[in-house]
Amino acid sequence: MIDFINFYFLPGLVLGSIYALGAMGVSLLFGILRFAHFAHGDLMSFGAYIALSMVSIFHVSPFFAIPASILGSSLLAILIDKVCYKPFRKSQTVVLVISSLGVSLMLRSFIQLTWGVSLEVYEIGVIKDAITFGGNFRISENHLVIIIGTFSLIYLTHIFLAKTKLGKAMRAMSDDQDLALITGINTERVIQATWIVGGSLAAVAGVFLGSDTQLNPRMGWDQLLPLFAAAILGGIGRPYGAIAGAMVIGMAEEISSFPFFGTEPLLSPAYKTGVAFFIMVIMLIVRPTGLFKGRSF
Amino acid sequence: MDTLYGWMMYILSLLTVGGIYAIMGLGLNLQWGITGLFNIGVAGFFAVGGYASAIVTTKFSPNHLGGFDLPFIVGILFSMIFSGLMAAIIGKICLRLRGDYLAIATIGLAEILRLILKNEVWLTNGPRGIPGIPRPFEDLAQPWSEICYLLIILLILAIIFYGFEKAINSPWGRIMKAIRENEEAAASTGKNVENLRLETFVIGSIFMGLGGALLTHSMKYIGPTASDPLVTTFLLWVMLIVGGSGNNKGAIIGAFIIWTVWSASELLSGILSYEWINRLSYLRVFIIGFILQVILQNRPQGIIPEKN
Repeated sequence: MIDFINFYFLPGLVLGSIYALGAMGVSLLFGILRFAHFAHGDLMSFGAYIALSMVSIFHVSPFFAIPASILGSSLLAILIDKVCYKPFRKSQTVVLVISSLGVSLMLRSFIQLTWGVSLEVYEIGVIKDAITFGGNFRISENHLVIIIGTFSLIYLTHIFLAKTKLGKAMRAMSDDQDLALITGINTERVIQATWIVGGSLAAVAGVFLGSDTQLNPRMGWDQLLPLFAAAILGGIGRPYGAIAGAMVIGMAEEISSFPFFGTEPLLSPAYKTGVAFFIMVIMLIVRPTGLFKGRSF
Repeated sequence: MDTLYGWMMYILSLLTVGGIYAIMGLGLNLQWGITGLFNIGVAGFFAVGGYASAIVTTKFSPNHLGGFDLPFIVGILFSMIFSGLMAAIIGKICLRLRGDYLAIATIGLAEILRLILKNEVWLTNGPRGIPGIPRPFEDLAQPWSEICYLLIILLILAIIFYGFEKAINSPWGRIMKAIRENEEAAASTGKNVENLRLETFVIGSIFMGLGGALLTHSMKYIGPTASDPLVTTFLLWVMLIVGGSGNNKGAIIGAFIIWTVWSASELLSGILSYEWINRLSYLRVFIIGFILQVILQNRPQGIIPEKN
């Protein structure tokens, strides 16, 4: 039981936290711009690599480099939107998806050209020491930072969406675009705000992911399926649903390799990504609006 | 003379691989250009076709399933059967999804397939891949062996092109376009839209599998490192969009143009420093992405637009 919590449940919570930060952005963007943003994972990678540069220049902990990552990824997101997505606002959504797939590959090759292709680690300031509770429960400080950081950001995002005018406009646009237009919402401004929120959350997710494992140019792309799975599970356009979806996916991925029967893992860890995908397909077929009644296109 | 010979071999390989992409492009054009099915799991079918043919045609090996040492023609038939079967199963589950969702589902399946092919060592020899795959006419002297293989590719391409042109201009082709333009209207004429969509999905995927097999025989090796699945999928999409989707000629011309651009960057490696040669393979993905943006924003109908 202790092993289950230390080695499967807590890592699942950490993974779920990272997914939650990415999936909230995917869900918001899907709701407002109406397309699956395939370059979202690469925004995560970009944030992670910005932090890597900060770490190597200033020798600070990657967590202190997060503001720089947020700035970098949000600016990049706004730039990409202007150049590669804005021309297609009136086109079929598939054009946007293709465009974002192209952006994803371009971003990855940009990272490969700038930072190289080898595996990198932050090392400095990422504390792997474990904190022990009540004798047996162990959690590394790094994981604690990730979980607390994620829940603080979720709270901040919640305040923004619930209390500010811009946040309310975002939710309104996600619920009903035509109605939002009639009330005189400046759609381009809302879209820009969505990119800032999505880009910032992705940047933090990237840094957390990098500090938990290591950095490579594919790191973001490899998270894309779980992110989509979480967003769909929670209901598209429902950022709170995405958080729940992310936790379910993160837990399911980690717990799927727990040796429930005998000593062998239930599912080889190599197939973790498959778990996210399996849940997503079932959900799409059984209940395409997700757990929390999102929209279905 | 040597340089001239080198150029000739280069152009032969350019046309061979370009032709293989054109065959897959026709398959994708049938799915996306004609019927509007958003399949970005191309690499999955490509890999199934490649591995099926590799396992069927190689000599027996203890490292992976088979090989069964059967002729090339049996290999490519099996590649088509397996990719078609897989498409039928996936299509049954996923084709009820529309647009973006179908895209996410197909790319997800392709990713899972990549994991299976990489991890199931008994089947595919895992990360080491399958070497020693026979190529027809490989016993002939250079360059005749390459020329003969190119002729096989071009012959297959011509047959498929002829068949597709017939099919698209038939009542079947017209109902497919009707589904793409307005599904409800097509359904209201009493057509079974679900079955028709499944049909094009399976037929298109069969040719993606065939393409995978033909490329595998051309390279004589298949493994998880042979090609990045995402890049294969992306290249094929860019080819179709650049050439003009909805148009078979466009699909073929796009394939040859983009493959030329893609592999021409290899020619640069002769004049670049060692450090940049390594970077070149990343730079060219960037270049293809850039071309896609330019075409999408300035000429979304492609080089040869669809005829109405």
